[in-house]
Amino acid sequence: MSPPASTSARDTILARIREALRVPAPPPHMASQAAGATAASGPGSLTVLPLEMARPWLPDGGETPAEQLALLTDNLAKLRAEVHRAADLTGAAEIVAGIARDRGWRRVAWHGHPAVEPVVAALDCETLRVDDNAFDKNALESCDAGITACDAAIAQTGSILVSSGTCGGRALSILPHVHIVLVSLDQIVATLSDALELVRTGYAGRMPSMVSFITGPSRTGDIERILVLGAHGPKELLVILVG
Amino acid sequence: MKPGSPAAALHPVHEAEDPHLAKQKFLDDAAEHVRDTGHRAFVRKALGGYYTNRDTQQARYRDWEQARDAASLAKWSAVNRLDELLPKFVAAFEANGGQVHWARNADEARTIILELLRGAKAKAIIKSKCMTSEEIHLNAALEDDGYGVVESDLGEFIQQLRGEPPYHFVFPCMHVRRDEISDLFGRHLGTPPTDSPEELTMIARRHMRRLYVDADVGITGANFLVAETGQISITENEGNARLTAALPRMHIAISGIEKVVANLDDLAVLLPMLATAGAGQPMTCYNTLYAGPRQPGECDGPEEMHVVLLDNARTAILADPEQRDSLHCIRCGACLNVCPIFKNVGGFTYGTTYQGPIGSVITPHLRGLADWNHLSGASSLCGACTDACPVRIDIHHHLLHNRRNAAKTAPNRLERLGHKLFAAVASRPWLFATGGAVFRKTLWLLKKLRLPLLGDWLATRDLPAAPAASFRSQWRARK
Repeated sequence: MSPPASTSARDTILARIREALRVPAPPPHMASQAAGATAASGPGSLTVLPLEMARPWLPDGGETPAEQLALLTDNLAKLRAEVHRAADLTGAAEIVAGIARDRGWRRVAWHGHPAVEPVVAALDCETLRVDDNAFDKNALESCDAGITACDAAIAQTGSILVSSGTCGGRALSILPHVHIVLVSLDQIVATLSDALELVRTGYAGRMPSMVSFITGPSRTGDIERILVLGAHGPKELLVILVG
Repeated sequence: MKPGSPAAALHPVHEAEDPHLAKQKFLDDAAEHVRDTGHRAFVRKALGGYYTNRDTQQARYRDWEQARDAASLAKWSAVNRLDELLPKFVAAFEANGGQVHWARNADEARTIILELLRGAKAKAIIKSKCMTSEEIHLNAALEDDGYGVVESDLGEFIQQLRGEPPYHFVFPCMHVRRDEISDLFGRHLGTPPTDSPEELTMIARRHMRRLYVDADVGITGANFLVAETGQISITENEGNARLTAALPRMHIAISGIEKVVANLDDLAVLLPMLATAGAGQPMTCYNTLYAGPRQPGECDGPEEMHVVLLDNARTAILADPEQRDSLHCIRCGACLNVCPIFKNVGGFTYGTTYQGPIGSVITPHLRGLADWNHLSGASSLCGACTDACPVRIDIHHHLLHNRRNAAKTAPNRLERLGHKLFAAVASRPWLFATGGAVFRKTLWLLKKLRLPLLGDWLATRDLPAAPAASFRSQWRARK
């Protein structure tokens, strides 16, 4: 594409936007007076930000760590994820090795991480590490499971936060048929906004190219709106809570 | 006719070849669809689970109505600061190594994408669901240029094999029965028949995995553009968008310019509400933020990432402060799911990329009010759409605004004459009384005479019996 064409398209579109916005639009119709008062001050100078307004009205995230753990476990079960508890990484390794044996897994993919390494070391089957050299996509596709760490688990929604920088890239948590994720209890946060704050501050200046909130195993309702798990991503999400 | 009978039998209007025929095609298709009670029952049944799940999930909000206030405020403040936030998004995305392309219209967007594909020497293209690409008819353009492109979302894949556009912009094949899908897969993929939705899903899963691995280029849409961090946010359930953006060496995302939000905090409100309003879920399965191509130290991901920003008449909507809030739309589809018109005429009757109430509001802006104003009448004005909208777009009033604007720009002479005649009669009491007396005697005739305007209206309605005496004479008698 020749740069001048795109530059002129950009200039035209930005000029149209500036021209269009010369006439202000009224704030939306709102249920609460507080919201109306907030909006009346204009879009650029909101006195109360939308998230601050919404926080008390969104689904509960739990106050104490015990409440958050209970909520997370409950939400994961509703999402049809499988939850296991382990006291430490040795316990987690035993659980995962047992599952791999029971199901006769032949190859499991993983990435270098202090929580993942001891779990992989306990496996009897073949393993594929994705982050030391360029891995073969076909080999990853044929893996029975992928094991990753995570960056956070969200009580409010039952979501697991992974990133391409810290959890073995983009494909490991989506291509194998089963995704096993190791969650340390101190990684549990109450709400989605807490997790987004982690993304903002934790990765400031070195944002991973992908940050993903995984909420249960892959699913579809495209055929007669009937729920089926395992559309294209993992059919099963195994969450190992460690601590 | 069997429930959800093949849409082919219903002559779906994908796009009227001559835009001036759009109205007549809408009327013909609507008349045909409303008579297909099997189809209507099938669509209603498919939506039944949605209502239950949506209500369950809305009840988990401590106050859904106040959460809607916040969501609408987030979108209002972003759309009304597009001049500031769009360049901010672009600068942040480019700083992460991504490339941005601007397209004033569909033609420019297609040209940009074709040139990117040529530059990448692309052979195999995998796509995840993207309504903006439907809007610009991208697949047809790619195929005309000799590229093979596969839709990976299950519903879109089914529609691609059927040679149909999406029936509903969130549930693309909700009108198709499982036995039709089984036959379709049998014909195209050689798979044995099955009546299990699970087995059908697994057929598509097995078929697609090879294609993700082999594709050179992945094309996706974007649900939100985050100005603060320069990330695009993609919401999906199946994991096909994750795979599309993970395995090919180039990722192209197409987005309307109105998808910008100010910051990550807005997503904490909008992501759960999109899931709840759109599909009755607490969160969609995968909500993924892409900042750019593979970063140093990452083990996979595309070498290049491009975002194509599309105007295509969005700035025209922006220039109308009255209807600017229709750009708040997050394409959740809630307004379709509750619309009595959608449920009765079906998705294809609209003949638009965006069906249902929000489609009826924006299509006249995208394609011209003169040819598409009839969609403003595709409403009972019940307001169910406005109530369902998570970002509080004043949808049903905008249908009235479009009607008013159409009457101003291209008045219906016959209608005007009718109003003038009525005004002349109603402002002269003697004429009104005489006219009324004649009318009471001849009301039954109206049904017999196929009058212009009234004839269509009366074709499906019964007239009330005419009263024996006028209201005024009844009033006098009571005194």
